[in-house]
Amino acid sequence: MAYALQQLINGITLGLIYGLIAVGYTMVYGIIGMINFAHGDVFMIGAFLSLIALSGLASFGITAVPLALALTLVFAAAIAALYGWTIERVAYRPLRGSFRLAPLISAIGMSITLQNFVQVSQGARVKPLAPLIPGGLELFREAGFTVLLSWMQIAIALTTMICLAIFTWLVTRTPLGRAMRACEQDLRMSALLGIDTDRTIGLTFVIGAALAAVAGLLFLLYYGAIDFYIGFVAGVKAFTAAVLGGIGSLPGAVLGGLLIGLIETFWSAYFSVQYKDVAAFSILAITLIFLPTGLLGRVDVEKV
Amino acid sequence: MNPPAPAPLLEVVDLTMRFGGLKAIDQLSFVARRGEITAVIGPNGAGKTTAFNCITGFYRPSSGALRLTHADGRAFQLERLPGHRIARRAGVARTFQNIRLFAGMTVLENLLVAQHAPLMAATGFGVLGVLGLGGYAAAERRAIAKARAWLERIDLMARADAPAGALPYGAQRRLEIARAMCTDPVLLCLDEPAAGLNPRESEELNTLLLRIRDDGCSLLLIEHDMGVVMRISDHIIVLDHGRKISDGTPAEVRADPHVIAAYLGEGDEGIEQETESVA
Amino acid sequence: MTRAKTPLVDAFLSALIALGLFAPMVGLVTGVGPHGITLTARPRAVLALVAAVFVGRLALRLWQAQRRLVPAAPGRFAISFLAAARYIGPALLAVALVLPALVGRASLDLGVLVLTYVMLGWGLNIVVGLAGLLDLGYVAFYAVGAYSYALIAEASGLGFWSCLPVAGLLAALWGVTLGFPVLRLRGDYLAIVTLAFGEIIRIVLLNWVSLTNGPNGISGIPRPTLFGLRFTAGDGPGTFAGFFHLAPSPAQRVVFLYYVILGLALLTNWVTIRLRRQPLGRVWEALREDEIACRSLGINVTTTKLTAFAVGAFFGGIAGAFFATRQGFISPESFTFMESATVLAIVVLGGMGSQLGVVLAAVVMIGGPELFRPLADDRMLIFGLALVVMMVLRPRGLISVRTPSIALGKGEIITADFVTEGHG
Repeated sequence: MAYALQQLINGITLGLIYGLIAVGYTMVYGIIGMINFAHGDVFMIGAFLSLIALSGLASFGITAVPLALALTLVFAAAIAALYGWTIERVAYRPLRGSFRLAPLISAIGMSITLQNFVQVSQGARVKPLAPLIPGGLELFREAGFTVLLSWMQIAIALTTMICLAIFTWLVTRTPLGRAMRACEQDLRMSALLGIDTDRTIGLTFVIGAALAAVAGLLFLLYYGAIDFYIGFVAGVKAFTAAVLGGIGSLPGAVLGGLLIGLIETFWSAYFSVQYKDVAAFSILAITLIFLPTGLLGRVDVEKV
Repeated sequence: MNPPAPAPLLEVVDLTMRFGGLKAIDQLSFVARRGEITAVIGPNGAGKTTAFNCITGFYRPSSGALRLTHADGRAFQLERLPGHRIARRAGVARTFQNIRLFAGMTVLENLLVAQHAPLMAATGFGVLGVLGLGGYAAAERRAIAKARAWLERIDLMARADAPAGALPYGAQRRLEIARAMCTDPVLLCLDEPAAGLNPRESEELNTLLLRIRDDGCSLLLIEHDMGVVMRISDHIIVLDHGRKISDGTPAEVRADPHVIAAYLGEGDEGIEQETESVA
Repeated sequence: MTRAKTPLVDAFLSALIALGLFAPMVGLVTGVGPHGITLTARPRAVLALVAAVFVGRLALRLWQAQRRLVPAAPGRFAISFLAAARYIGPALLAVALVLPALVGRASLDLGVLVLTYVMLGWGLNIVVGLAGLLDLGYVAFYAVGAYSYALIAEASGLGFWSCLPVAGLLAALWGVTLGFPVLRLRGDYLAIVTLAFGEIIRIVLLNWVSLTNGPNGISGIPRPTLFGLRFTAGDGPGTFAGFFHLAPSPAQRVVFLYYVILGLALLTNWVTIRLRRQPLGRVWEALREDEIACRSLGINVTTTKLTAFAVGAFFGGIAGAFFATRQGFISPESFTFMESATVLAIVVLGGMGSQLGVVLAAVVMIGGPELFRPLADDRMLIFGLALVVMMVLRPRGLISVRTPSIALGKGEIITADFVTEGHG
């Protein structure tokens, strides 16, 4: 019981990180109907930017943890957003209206480019980071097993909630959000009605990338180790989360993230750690085959 | 009315199609008879294309029956067949409102793809064909001969090796019809075949369609161009808001007050708006 | 909006963005020191990159301004290229046939590698280029072929030539099993599911230790023989050197392997060319052009896709078996996503559907980095950039024309402008 509760806590923490990444996939898919394959790598770059910022701040003597983390978060989100914008501008925008596979191939190319860019510029070694927020709350003890809710997990949950709250406000209450939702409904019509669709799409990538960078920072803090390859696996899992929740649906992305996090954690805890990625990938295939609209997705009628 | 009515080919019984809470088609029943040109007309959003998509297997109807009877007595329940079977087994071919040719392939290739099933069988499902065995060469000659015959008929012989996407619009329409006919259908469904044609092309189309009918293939068409509909149809069904409001010969339909009302927009405004979004 | 800016301002803004992108990621290198992460500054590298972006953007804008005055004729280059291709193909084949007499052992080894990728490219071309199905997990078939051969040879003692078709068939079977549920999916979903399956295969190979020996891999895989003659270091009875009374030399085996893979690759090419002129190949292309139209013509879309998948997988499996016998050792490390990506890059850069394009792309992408050693580390970086640049500039690849599969007359060449794709 205690063991299961601990897994539940761990699973939710992991799921929130996936949810943050999944929002970026689902937003882009909702608007331009493409899988932004490079999104997982933006997450990875966000993690590296966080590592660089934390080390840089430390060398300037800024060691107060809350201040350092806040500065890092802003820095990583800002630069990652710049990456997101550039990727869209360079690799996707010129391809609008090109043939069906072109943007997808371009996105795969972008993903390979980013991974190897980081490998070349930052090296292939795993980068460790000593835990910044140690300790936690002992919830209860049962048969020698302690259920621990670490401060880190609380911090991750709080950060995610705040980010998602800001994001929800952005989408539902601002002119930008209105433009985004209009583009999601009908891109061509929105353009006819005077919405600058290029700008709206660009900003969608910016927001998605910023959220992914926050996820990158949280991942770095939670696991304490990153390398250039983390974006690939995390990207596929977050995409699975987006599909499971119903691609195009923002609450679905968070729900899907939580489910994937929980499934992965419980699978590792009770079955086998080696096959945890197989579990996630299988869920992706099963969802797409049997429930292609996901849990909260809309049913699309094929236009003939 | 002609006293000995031809045998029914397609019987649509209580066809209903719902999208979410919206009824695009509501309890539609009609009969298309063998050897006739049956036209389905109606204002925008009346549910014509939806009905078409149900008959040709692109949508699965929410309820109702679609029964197709061949001349030899074989009957098919179209609502239960997968899409490709409807074309191949039941012999229902179709064209599309926004022409769907294989634009990068040549005119001839388009017509050969339509004869895929017999050709594929002749290649021993690929294996013998690769090795150059079996009766494939003969089958291919027959397929090319059929394609040639259609090219003559639609006057595209000279463009046989040109990419289909390079043809002028009217020629693309004709090619799409020829391609559908290459599947040897008993019922050819045409979704607005005259749309975008100039008067001369429209006249050529009439001739082509009448000839197809006289060669033994029945036709079902959706059309906006009343000139075409009134001149060539044997039988007209009028839809409005997903329901049938009239059914009869061109002369009968033209005189029907319901039809006049629907086309002049004297219908219930509220319902009209609701169905508008279902194209 | 961007149009209104002068080239100079535009280049300056691009450089500013580049500064933002590269200053942290390139300018500050994280290292692992004894007391945690260390940072090393590299201002000169950042400066060089930013300058390169500035100059590059300026040159691009000036060139674009220049070009607008002279409208380019689309497809001209492609057509003249295709006219030349009639001679390039046979010429390349002739060179390939006599290559062992021309170059040394190391270069021939590279030739074997390039040809393996040519074969993989041709195999994947059936799936992506002809049928228009984006398969990101092609490496799975390669792995299934390699492991099937290694395991069957180990268990049964059968030789390479008996196992080869079995390896191919097992890969094809895997393709069908995998394809059956997923081929109903839309194009981009299919891509990501095939990617997932590719990864699943790798993880299983890595962890099913009792069967695959896990990360340590399988070694001692039997080498191929020439009608029963082995290639060994000695010249005893039953060896190639002994039979022909030659001095045994390791070069003989490399030459033999070279001709084996050349033959297998040419077989792939031959089958593809034959299929393209037949109903099956034609309907693959029709499927790529418009799936819905295919359905309306009574074509069973799922089984047609499945055949493309299976045929592609078959050749992938054969290439895998060859890889295993050539290396004598396989491990899951050889079957990562990067392998799939490399083969896909070859197909895409070559111009989807073009057989000659695959050869040229394989030579450039596999041969190139091997010849220019200093570039080898950045190979994947260049691959990735090449994919993006290619999609932006020439989405149809280097050779973006298609010859009709059948013609009444002389036959026209169809430029990419008409090969639309993507209603489905």
